[in-house]
Amino acid sequence: MARTTRANREEIARAGLSRRDMVKLGLLSSSGYLVTRLGLSSRTAEVALAASPPTRPFIQPMPIPPIKQPVQALTPPPQVNPQPGEGRTRPHQALTRFPPQKLYETHAVEVQNFSFHPDLPLQTVWGYDGQVPGPTYHARYGEPILVRMVNDLPQNHKGFGIPQISTHLHNAHTPSESDGFPLDFFPSTVGGSQLFYDQHYPMQLAGFSNQSSPNGDPREALSTLWYHDHRVDFTAQNVYKGLAGFFAIFSDHDTGDESTGFRLPGGDFDVPMILADKVFDSNGQIFFDLFNFDGVLGDKFTVNGKIQPFLQVHPRRYRFRILDGGPSRFYQLFLTDLNNLSRVIPFEHISNDGNLLPQSVTVNNVLLSVSERCDVIVDFSNMAGTSIYLENRLPQFSGTGPSGGVLRAGGGNLLVRFDVVLPTVGDGSLPPPYTFFPAPTPTAAELSAARTRLWTFDSSGDQWVVNDRLFDPNVVMANPTEGTSEIWVLQNDGGEWSHPIHIHFEEFQMLSRNGRTPTTIERGRKDVARLGPDDQVKVFLRFRDFVGRYPIHCHNTVHEDHAMMARWDIVPA
Amino acid sequence: MTLTRRASLMSLFAAPAAGALFAWSTNGPASATNPTPKVPPAGGFGAQYFPNVLLRTHEGEEVRFYDDLLQGKSVIINMMYTLCQDGRCGVITSNLVALQRELGDRVGRDIFMYSISLKPLEDTPRMLLEYAARQHVGPGWQFLTGDPADIELLRRRLGFINVNPVKDADINSHTGAVRFGNERLERWCMAPGGTNPRYLATLVESALL
Repeated sequence: MARTTRANREEIARAGLSRRDMVKLGLLSSSGYLVTRLGLSSRTAEVALAASPPTRPFIQPMPIPPIKQPVQALTPPPQVNPQPGEGRTRPHQALTRFPPQKLYETHAVEVQNFSFHPDLPLQTVWGYDGQVPGPTYHARYGEPILVRMVNDLPQNHKGFGIPQISTHLHNAHTPSESDGFPLDFFPSTVGGSQLFYDQHYPMQLAGFSNQSSPNGDPREALSTLWYHDHRVDFTAQNVYKGLAGFFAIFSDHDTGDESTGFRLPGGDFDVPMILADKVFDSNGQIFFDLFNFDGVLGDKFTVNGKIQPFLQVHPRRYRFRILDGGPSRFYQLFLTDLNNLSRVIPFEHISNDGNLLPQSVTVNNVLLSVSERCDVIVDFSNMAGTSIYLENRLPQFSGTGPSGGVLRAGGGNLLVRFDVVLPTVGDGSLPPPYTFFPAPTPTAAELSAARTRLWTFDSSGDQWVVNDRLFDPNVVMANPTEGTSEIWVLQNDGGEWSHPIHIHFEEFQMLSRNGRTPTTIERGRKDVARLGPDDQVKVFLRFRDFVGRYPIHCHNTVHEDHAMMARWDIVPA
Repeated sequence: MTLTRRASLMSLFAAPAAGALFAWSTNGPASATNPTPKVPPAGGFGAQYFPNVLLRTHEGEEVRFYDDLLQGKSVIINMMYTLCQDGRCGVITSNLVALQRELGDRVGRDIFMYSISLKPLEDTPRMLLEYAARQHVGPGWQFLTGDPADIELLRRRLGFINVNPVKDADINSHTGAVRFGNERLERWCMAPGGTNPRYLATLVESALL
């Protein structure tokens, strides 16, 4: 043991680590230098150190996923009850009431010869309709749709990822049987027959069951959602392999047309960006550490499936819908001018987790944890002929969470280069600031009637626990009644860990963060609560319109796949 | 400190000391002259990843981890020690006994169960044999011990670690997590060993069989 300690000390001296570095890295115990079983160990360091083969930055354009197109008919036609060949186990709750006006058929497939970067070999990934990221859905409130998800993934697939899927439409107001509950996964074939799963999305504003608002509460309109695989224990692997895409909902206000409604940049000027960090092995093939527990961090930063792309833009306003696609990294995003590092380029922050804020907020950075979204307006009109970068300046070395502080401008991860080189064009969008619609803030009566529940997130015996329990999908940890509202206290008891906690079904409103009023941005409607070490966040949720099972889980998808999850059910009134 | 600077410090720091355990080399523990590669190895999670260390079963048999226990098989793996003071290892073992019953005669045929001792010096084959008998462990499930350095290498490669080095260094720490894997398909996941054994059986059946 003494010899190990001495070796460790020598190693620390070689590494030139100061005492402060040691404390930061968690390698100094109260009694001095740490001794492990057989020498110093820091798997954390190994994860952070993953060094993929080199790739030249900003030599390929950033693709924009195609818009998903409907089909005329599905064969066999959708039915309320699960039908032969369907992976669904429960009848549709609302198919008859909200018959789909548009039908879609989407295939989860293996994609061969996919290129993350010209400097890496072509490789095999998975994608919806063969696209990585998947096609973007454009839906509208009041226009119900049904998506038939067909699992065409190869049954004997070798390597990370499992060819069994349950597709979650993140933040949608969806009946349980169409929500993508983690245990609702289905395989690609059974007995040689192809399997599918019909997911019915009513596209109704929450609150339509209330007689005073039969069309729902207009303050509940959602804008930027994403869909991704949610197969229990394999979500990180399957999403990392490519099973994710955007889903935008438009309304009479957020119309997608910059000449109507809120007049936000639309069409070609409404650009989704999914951020996902990856690791590649010595052959340049995508790599996922199957024996990692804390979180997988990549050293290659993809946007819409490409490593460090550029995007040519016109000198005008754009709407960017930015998503942290995980699996484990947090981002703090800035716009950086490498020729003038002290220049501050603002974002106009219009929505949080895809939900428009009551008023837009001008910010110089946005913070995203896994699966959080932000919609921002960036005005390139005075930047013609120049290039600016979207830069992540949040340091993070392990799946534990961000390590604290912010990196200097130009010292972080450059994600996308915006080249303002396209010609001047018209801009029908309105300049900021924007006033949208008020949040559905709970009334005093609602707050006093709301039951409070505590959810604690911790680890025990190298496993995650929620309310001190291991995940068992047969155990219903909370059972709010349909039509009621509750206050949920989300408490991180897990020491040094950060956890982005996601609650399915209706988005919530944050009432407090560590006893204080949340920021204007966080007070907007959200579906993910970032819990830093020891954080306590109180949220208000309404449970309306549908019943059934839903999960609450950590969206560091590696934590999620190690069962940091609980089931709760909405029970009929 | 910039990201690059920190990363390079951590790189030095991660260089193996006494018996570096997280190198990806094929020939057991790396040496100071064979530092941890930064680039993940090509070839996935097969023979070159899993240590082919010599182990002894609770029945006294000598086996190679990769060749004899893992290659081409579907497996359930946990880590424990017999003289667990707070009884947690026993609770997990008895839960896995319930899982074994759920899986029936597929254990030993389609699926193999392994419990690797976290205290290999203490857990002799005889101790493990007595423990398995006490716990009513059925056929198709082997308790394993071996050289401490080999066991430590296995522990790391199989990811039974706590990223908090203080907790990871605690020799009395134990894990309730259970690995499931299909080596042939390079398909691996982890689940809480203490949860409902019927749910565990669902996970095993859907992911591995």
